[in-house]
Amino acid sequence: MLTTSALERFVNKKNIRAAKVVLDMAQRGIREYDAKRMLARYLPEYLNDFSYNGNLALVGPDTDLEDLVSSNPWLKTSRLVVKPDQLFGKRGKHGLVLLDSDWDKAKKYLKENMGSEVVVGGITGRLSHFLIESFIPHEEEFYVAISSDYDGDNIFFSTKGGVSVEENWDKVVPLHIDILAGIEDIDIKSRLPESLGEKRTVVENFIRALWQFYKEMGFTYLEINPFTFYSGAIVPLDMVAKLDDAEEYWQRKRWLDLAFPEPFGRSLSKEEFFIKDLDSKTGASLKLTILNPEGRVWTMVAGGGASVIYADTICDLGFAKEMANYGEYSGDPNTEETYYYTRTILDLMTRHKNPSGKVLLIGGAIANFTDVAKTFKGVTMALEEYKGKLQETDVKIYVRRGGPNYEQGLRLMRDLGRKLGVPIEVHGPETHMTRIVPLALEGASQ
Amino acid sequence: MSRKEYVLFDKDTKAFVYGYQTNAIQRMLDFDYICKRVTPSISAIINPSRAGIHKAFWGTKEIILPMYKSISMAAKAYPEADVMVNFASHRSAFETTMEALAEKTIRTVAVIAEGVPERQSRIMSATARKLNKIIIGPATVGGMAAGAFRIGNTAGTIENIIASKLYRPGCVGFVSKSGGMLNEAFNIISRNSDGIYEGVAIGGDRYPGSTMLDHILRYEQNPAIKMIACLGELGGEDEYRIIQALKEGKITKPLVAWVTGTCSPVLPASVQFGHAGAKADTHKETAQAKNDAFREAGAYVPTSFDGYGDTVQSVYEMLLTKGAVLRFEEPEAPRIPADYSKAIASGDIRKPTTFICTVSDDSGDEVLYAGKRLSDVLSQKMGIGGVVGLLWFKKELPDYASHFIELVLQIVADHGPAVSGAHNAIVASCAGKDLISSLCSGLLTIGPRFGGAIDDAAREFKLAREMGLAPEQFVNDMKKKGINIPGIGHKIKSVKNPDKRVQLLINYARANFPSTELLNYALQVEELTTAKKGNLILNVDGCIGILFIDLMSSCGAFTKSEIDEVVRLGYLNGLFALGRSIGLIGHILDQKRLGSRLYRHPADDIAYMMPSEEEIQCKRRD
Repeated sequence: MLTTSALERFVNKKNIRAAKVVLDMAQRGIREYDAKRMLARYLPEYLNDFSYNGNLALVGPDTDLEDLVSSNPWLKTSRLVVKPDQLFGKRGKHGLVLLDSDWDKAKKYLKENMGSEVVVGGITGRLSHFLIESFIPHEEEFYVAISSDYDGDNIFFSTKGGVSVEENWDKVVPLHIDILAGIEDIDIKSRLPESLGEKRTVVENFIRALWQFYKEMGFTYLEINPFTFYSGAIVPLDMVAKLDDAEEYWQRKRWLDLAFPEPFGRSLSKEEFFIKDLDSKTGASLKLTILNPEGRVWTMVAGGGASVIYADTICDLGFAKEMANYGEYSGDPNTEETYYYTRTILDLMTRHKNPSGKVLLIGGAIANFTDVAKTFKGVTMALEEYKGKLQETDVKIYVRRGGPNYEQGLRLMRDLGRKLGVPIEVHGPETHMTRIVPLALEGASQ
Repeated sequence: MSRKEYVLFDKDTKAFVYGYQTNAIQRMLDFDYICKRVTPSISAIINPSRAGIHKAFWGTKEIILPMYKSISMAAKAYPEADVMVNFASHRSAFETTMEALAEKTIRTVAVIAEGVPERQSRIMSATARKLNKIIIGPATVGGMAAGAFRIGNTAGTIENIIASKLYRPGCVGFVSKSGGMLNEAFNIISRNSDGIYEGVAIGGDRYPGSTMLDHILRYEQNPAIKMIACLGELGGEDEYRIIQALKEGKITKPLVAWVTGTCSPVLPASVQFGHAGAKADTHKETAQAKNDAFREAGAYVPTSFDGYGDTVQSVYEMLLTKGAVLRFEEPEAPRIPADYSKAIASGDIRKPTTFICTVSDDSGDEVLYAGKRLSDVLSQKMGIGGVVGLLWFKKELPDYASHFIELVLQIVADHGPAVSGAHNAIVASCAGKDLISSLCSGLLTIGPRFGGAIDDAAREFKLAREMGLAPEQFVNDMKKKGINIPGIGHKIKSVKNPDKRVQLLINYARANFPSTELLNYALQVEELTTAKKGNLILNVDGCIGILFIDLMSSCGAFTKSEIDEVVRLGYLNGLFALGRSIGLIGHILDQKRLGSRLYRHPADDIAYMMPSEEEIQCKRRD
């Protein structure tokens, strides 16, 4: 097989140190609180003498601090660290970490910061969740991270952890674990820096156990930067992790009822939330992201692959700024679902008027099995309902689709066009999939 | 097998379908048929919950496909099958795929399921590579070799297959990530060249079992493929492996490439495209960077997806000019018989029915009794009598008539264990027969001498009355014919010991029916017969039959010909059978509850009288 060379695999360090907080269908970031909770609970299964106490508390907007103290009495007796726990990094750099504090000061900090707006990496968002844990005075900072690629997992270790790991990337020890062979036969100890001295065996055992933990609990990324030794035991200070949400069926229990948070700064509009909710209740796929509510170009495209290509073509023709939304519907949604999906889009696009009018692209590839007539029935129901508003907003509609019962579906659209008082141009598989985009936009720019 | 390494599917390919996907199975067979394959491409179905057979169409005929419970059993029975189309859900896709890979004879596994965990995908993929086998998927519709073999639902409907000429090979090898774009690509390529030779969608997951490059290298080796087309996505490094191979001269055939997702720089970072793998983590993984790299490495890259077809066409025409590709005579487009249900729905065909039903209809949302919704029947409290009216007579009877039917049912429901019907049912129940068999045993006793005289009585009395026979004439006529008057006479009831049930019926009729003309006539007849013998009374069967005629004649809901039909077809014995079933079931359950043993009639209650030896001799005459 053709693999990227071993060296190239490790060069792409940008991949590893990137904040890893993107929303991803399969790989989803989890809170540091949950990652450490899982570590405290399950790492001892692979490492007998792992004695991290897992003193952790999560504070959300509705947390009652008095209740929190009564179930976590250590909050009053330990020195504390308080930091936001919302899938973004570089918290220290942004001055958002409270160190070596007592409970009273922590409460004051929480009061001041809960709900406040901050800008991190160019993204504005509100602080809503904080992790509280014991403060660990330390000098040594180690780095360990595990990521995955096609043919295995990669472990990275460095004795120069913390904020300086990037500057010292050449000091990082990379280990590759083959997906089939596993970690058994890998000589880790001799690869670790001699400067570790007596700790070499401890670190080796920790790395082996951490990989088992990573592999068996459905992780796709895990980074502890830094960890340190406190009274001779390993303590994780900062942790970032992602899980493969496809493993939920097997891991439900071991994931300790955690919830996947939305990425920082991403709050769904009412309409986006409505579609997301609709999506979660059906076997079909319904997605909607609003890009520019005042844009002139709206799309309603069937299929994940085709929706990207329509968006591409709109941008290629120089209308990126006018592109109002991105989304898709697929997986044979029923008439009712397409009705609600269409209605949501029509409602959004008829809120603002534009002197040049607007276009709606109802596009799609040749479907494998989605019944075009059935889905278009829902679309036409919504169009009829919004007849008046569509006329007022000066909307032109362009349709292109193929697949099961497409002739009937297209006929529905043509018939509607005759009585709707809104121009509808209808094309089938004989027209190239994206040809309606130039047809529509050249019209729109007149 | 003499199949070349680079050929995954040809006209002789045999496959297993894992999962009882009857539609996909039929689609594969339909494709085989229009490709004029000699034998179906499916050797067997693997269905973990049932072994046996599955019946499917082969053109207009039907064929039988064997069905096995396990992959190993199927593989043992059909060593020539080297493909498994795996429809197992995301929960079991991994184990079933690993099981298939472990079979020596299975070389290619197509994994359809979406949502297979990444670690499982990586293990499947690495295992396949180690064994020199190929996985297509997960999260894909599959792929197909034109004119030879299709995986499951690839290429959609038969109309689409014909429109894109997939029933015969062209010269283009195609591969994409997206399964949803496969049909569209087939369409574009068929309109701009001589069509597809083979097309595969590897699936949009981060770790597909085989990569686009794996398939492109196969196409490169296959001399029947003259040009290659691929459709990539932003995110991942797969496209760079293709570019690397281009640069290294491992791909010499013209390659048309396009990477979708050029819009991603203008979208907010958090927008997730349709596929899990479609997410650019670095500039290198953006669509722009990949398209530029393809162009630089010598691939044919359009300026946008809109030009994909034009680029395919220009490359194809270049090959034609060079003589690398020859035009061939287009074979006639094949036909596949339309599916009956689809043709009916479209109004293209009609078929005479062999069976008519006018009493109930279960084809809609709610069952209809003679056109009336069940919920209305219930909300209007029509009762059993009303339901009998609807289902037997197709009429909404007046309340007093429905009540009369219910009265009859209650009256005939039981008459103790000694009557022959109940006795037979009890004997059968004691013999260990089940409820339905025992009930049938009892019901089969109903006939001319037991409970079956209702129709006969109704007919004879109605006829006599219509002929204007005086009661005396009627009695004499019947006597002359040597026929006992049906409905007259009872084994134990008599004038002195009247049948209470008859009294109840008569009282109800007199109080509620507009007229009891035939009853009055029958009572005159009874006067004559009881004068001869005390037990020749109007019995319960006779009374029911006669009163029913009175009811139908006087309630206004029936025409004369309808009444004649009721009598001619023998509706009325149904009242006894229906009512008495209640009692028979009671007796049967009673015996079962009591744990009764087999009934044997006592020998001292039987007179044994054998024929003599002479009587049974066949007399020979010489």
